[in-house]
Amino acid sequence: MTSEETIDAPMPGVFYRRPDPDEPVFVEEGDDVSAGETVGLIGVMKTFHDIEPGTDCVVTSFEADNETEVEAGDTLVTVEPE
Amino acid sequence: MLRIVEPGLSTTVQDTGRYGHYHIGMPPSGAVDQYAHRVANFLVGNEADAATLELTYTGPEVVFEEEGLVAVCGADMDPSLDGEPVPTWTAVRVAAGQTLSFEFATEGARAYLAVDGGIDTEPVMGSRATYTLIGVGGHEGRELEAGDELPTGATEADGLEGNSVDAAHVPDYGAETSIRVVMGLCDYRLTEDGKETLLDTEWTVSNEADRVGYRLDADVDIQGLFVEREQPFGAGTDLTNVVDLGYPVGSIQMAGQPIVLMRDAVTGGGYATVGTVISPDRSTLAQGRSHETVTFEPVSVEEALTAREDWTARLDRLREELLG
Repeated sequence: MTSEETIDAPMPGVFYRRPDPDEPVFVEEGDDVSAGETVGLIGVMKTFHDIEPGTDCVVTSFEADNETEVEAGDTLVTVEPE
Repeated sequence: MLRIVEPGLSTTVQDTGRYGHYHIGMPPSGAVDQYAHRVANFLVGNEADAATLELTYTGPEVVFEEEGLVAVCGADMDPSLDGEPVPTWTAVRVAAGQTLSFEFATEGARAYLAVDGGIDTEPVMGSRATYTLIGVGGHEGRELEAGDELPTGATEADGLEGNSVDAAHVPDYGAETSIRVVMGLCDYRLTEDGKETLLDTEWTVSNEADRVGYRLDADVDIQGLFVEREQPFGAGTDLTNVVDLGYPVGSIQMAGQPIVLMRDAVTGGGYATVGTVISPDRSTLAQGRSHETVTFEPVSVEEALTAREDWTARLDRLREELLG
């Protein structure tokens, strides 16, 4: 049984799961992602900050919805490291 | 020399600002929280106008090529030196080759990293402040990126390691939400009810708030705050337009929503500016985070001048204590 880890927001802003409103989401729940792969964005001060896991992992669930406001420290994604 | 390993969200070289060019449309730029910037400098033996790094929300990872003295003031981003936590508002010795890294702030928005001798990039029009909108000053006129190398100046003071400021001089970010304003230049354009609404509303700092402007949100009909009139020749058609005028730094521009013009803002235009945030409170506002709320408190010009004198005297005392 692998333990779950979280990816938390490092700043306040708006969380995005897509690179553009007309594009598909970066990743779906259950997808395998590599360390450093973008799984979401936080938009603040008219700039976008990539949200990425530090290790290879499986995305378990998104805790923040697309285009919702988040605070620094909020859990965005839970992942299971591989 | 400092080497940037990770840049953080938005890290720029800033100082006390670029003055004397406002009339040609050049805003001052410089540290938006002048209090934290100046105290950080004093702690490492610099004068107020030495350049520091302004870190926003999430700090960088920096390697020091030579030994030196550093201080981090402002929002607490949990700095650590080679993985060991270091105190903020304190002068800390770093050895050549050590790495200073930061986490993210949960209170306050900006921290200032001062290095003894100051960040010694080439001044442009008398200042090292970065004005990113036109790419002037600081390091190549832009936010720092991984791999950037920044020169530091010659150390002027020594023996300050461990110096710190009393807790009384460390602001409690997020606690002060009342921002003092001098009403004008165009508050005559507001109805009495409009003024009341402006001053009674809790305004939320928007996601776009930055060094250019602090955009504020609330469920308020901005047009409805204004006196109806036939717009004069030279003014735009919107009720919030006036004939072009200079915008004071810190003024509240009513452009669809209130926008407090910060140090990188446009210097003039045709929106009514209905109040001006007084200079000490601009530092407070600049530590306001997106989604936090603020209210405006009107003060007289005399009260504003007294507040500025108190602010200046407090910093003078800290300079005297720390630099002698």
